[in-house]
Amino acid sequence: MYEVIKNRLEQGHRTSKYPKEPISLYKRFRGLPRIDSNCDQALVKLCADSCPQDAIDAQSKKIDLGRCVFCGLCETLSGGKFIQFSQNFELGVANKSDLLTGGSLPELAEHSKKHFKKLFGRSLQLRQISAAGCNACEADTNVLNTPFFDLARFGIQFVASPRHADGIHVTGPISRNMKAAVISTFEAVPSPKVVIASGACSISGGPFYGSDEIVGDLDSLIPVDLYIPGCPPHPLTTLHALLNYFK
Amino acid sequence: MDNLLKISNGQRVDRENIPNIPFESFRRELVQFANEGGNIVQFFAYVDNGQSKLLAVLRNEANDALYVTGCDVEGSFSSLTKENEKFHMFEREIAEQYGVKPDGHPWLKMVRYHANYNRKPDAFGNNYNFDIPGNYPYFTVEGETVHEVAVGPVHAGIIEPGHFRFQCVGERVFHLEIQLGYQHRSVETLMQSVPAKRLPIIAETIAGDTTIGHNLCHCQAVEALAGLSVDEGASIVRTIALELERIANHIGDLGALSLDVAFNPPAAYFGRIRGEYLNLTQILGGSRFGRGLVRPGGVTHVMGDEQVKLLSEKLAELTPEVEHVSELIFSAHTVAARFEDTGKVSYENAEKIGLVGYAGRACGLAYDSRVSFPTECYDDLPANKNEKTDGDVCSRATVRREEIMHSTDLINTLLERKVEAEAYRPREYQLAPASFVVTINEGWRGEISHCLLTDDAGNLLRYKVKDPSFHNWTGLALSLRDEGISDFPLCNKSFNLSYCGFDL
Ligand code: SF4
Ligand code: SF4
Repeated sequence: MYEVIKNRLEQGHRTSKYPKEPISLYKRFRGLPRIDSNCDQALVKLCADSCPQDAIDAQSKKIDLGRCVFCGLCETLSGGKFIQFSQNFELGVANKSDLLTGGSLPELAEHSKKHFKKLFGRSLQLRQISAAGCNACEADTNVLNTPFFDLARFGIQFVASPRHADGIHVTGPISRNMKAAVISTFEAVPSPKVVIASGACSISGGPFYGSDEIVGDLDSLIPVDLYIPGCPPHPLTTLHALLNYFK
Repeated sequence: MDNLLKISNGQRVDRENIPNIPFESFRRELVQFANEGGNIVQFFAYVDNGQSKLLAVLRNEANDALYVTGCDVEGSFSSLTKENEKFHMFEREIAEQYGVKPDGHPWLKMVRYHANYNRKPDAFGNNYNFDIPGNYPYFTVEGETVHEVAVGPVHAGIIEPGHFRFQCVGERVFHLEIQLGYQHRSVETLMQSVPAKRLPIIAETIAGDTTIGHNLCHCQAVEALAGLSVDEGASIVRTIALELERIANHIGDLGALSLDVAFNPPAAYFGRIRGEYLNLTQILGGSRFGRGLVRPGGVTHVMGDEQVKLLSEKLAELTPEVEHVSELIFSAHTVAARFEDTGKVSYENAEKIGLVGYAGRACGLAYDSRVSFPTECYDDLPANKNEKTDGDVCSRATVRREEIMHSTDLINTLLERKVEAEAYRPREYQLAPASFVVTINEGWRGEISHCLLTDDAGNLLRYKVKDPSFHNWTGLALSLRDEGISDFPLCNKSFNLSYCGFDL
């Protein structure tokens, strides 16, 4: 018992003040890209050709954040002249088309499905489905339950049964072998329900795009309400998206 | 030993120098090697110019040596598993990937559930237009009081999918069968077909919690085949990143183990502290999982004075906390009562199935590839020695506790090395034609290995990946024998194996 108390005192109170107070991530973290649209076209083309995810559209000088895995290569190649990653982790969007960005994203809180805020704003229960990703998305979602993020203080919880859930949170590119399970889990959630696609995998197939063993994008199976980009999304990216979409 | 070619970890070998011996000699050689205590690092099939072939990489702990050998094979071959269990999973995979059947295999079931790569008749009689599990006869125990419990693929938490089938009498488990494949993305064929720029991204996501481990195997293999060198500064960063990965995962699991025996405070503390270590990896390269950090020829971010200082200071702050929380877990009698003697795997069984990593070390199999086949900076770093080898949950937890401290020492040692690193520049490379390379690294779960074969034009002919989970899932199944079914979560967490790393 003495050990328990001693450790309790040492650990103290560790829950972050976000979103009441801003939080900053280390400068090497790669969040929302800043894009210089005046950049030399040759450099843009070099970045687009080298991008492992083919996420850069050289013509429009935009990045598709649904495909990008934030590897940082384009920043290195262009010496920051075309693309420079900021530490802004607020990346969630309600419309897939907004993911193709020139460096700015619409205010997530202003999305069109306002009734979700009324329905789920005070209590949101989600069923997580892991569907053939690499398990880093799952890991950094799980982290939201640790004391630093303490997701439950916002009335948001991950539950065991789809019957108890208000929606599903899907990670991974949905393998052929998980397709049926994803659909039946979705169907088991009572309506009205929300669908969240988390990570490059569930938005575009992520690193595995082109494999004939995967579906690739969740919204070809079921309609998606909220997209959370990243590979994996930083826990704060997910937290920001959930709070702004539902609160 | 003309039938075996001695090689080293990460060494390019001309494929023509690899013995291509008659199947009978191949079989005899491998069985003898395994029977004499040797282990199988890789054993897989591939097709070269229309000819199906088998290739095996073997390791001998007695003298820390690696060997390679191969043979031609037709539609089927006489199973080696009949003679030694270490081939069991490899042969099932060969049947699944290439439709080449190991005749007389005692347990020939699919590994993942997908059509084979060369359009041969399916070895399991599956029609892949139908959903998983297809033709999968579970082992059943019969008797009036025997009942079956089926769990998954979708589980009750934020966890990967897989199916578990228990044969029980009352609360006692007679047998557990684990059927995986739900996470299958066809990583190997994808890697053989995509442009080189995508390879590290895929390697990093074979198993996300082992981003550095798998990507190191990949990059070292490419470096060997393309003749790229890595400077010492980059090697230091790679080694630190691999050790941070080990610490973060071990800490997370110790917390989760504590939660599984309903001792909540350490679970909360370690849950947060694990994140602190992920953040250290983020200081190194901008990602909590080490994404984008390791690339062929080096690392993308050099470690300057600022990063060294941040890492050293944070480690100095965290280490005593980790020690205290560990002490809290391991000194609690209630925890000991649940950890000790639970989920035991005997030394004999561990040896028989070739367990690797901490799961193996907890049973008394000392193998640590950082010691036997050192890469990067490991050659001149001290090894960890673990004393507790009872093969139970407690031993697996204790090994992890020790390894956390050992890894911390390694990182501190490396942080003191003042080495100027070259700034990163992306490298264009060309793989050497008609070559072979195998790479091995000790990921936090154990031995990771990638094996690459190139054709005469220098294109990838075969990319073979092996996650330590490939060996160790069988260990989890064995640990449940005659155990209470309610101890499954605890046993499972003590192994914490990868689904996606296994399913590929
Ligand atoms: S950071 Fe994104 S856009 Fe840039 S190269 Fe990597 S994947 Fe492509
Ligand atoms: S998006 Fe990236 S991190 Fe998430 S599951 Fe896919 S590969 Fe893993």
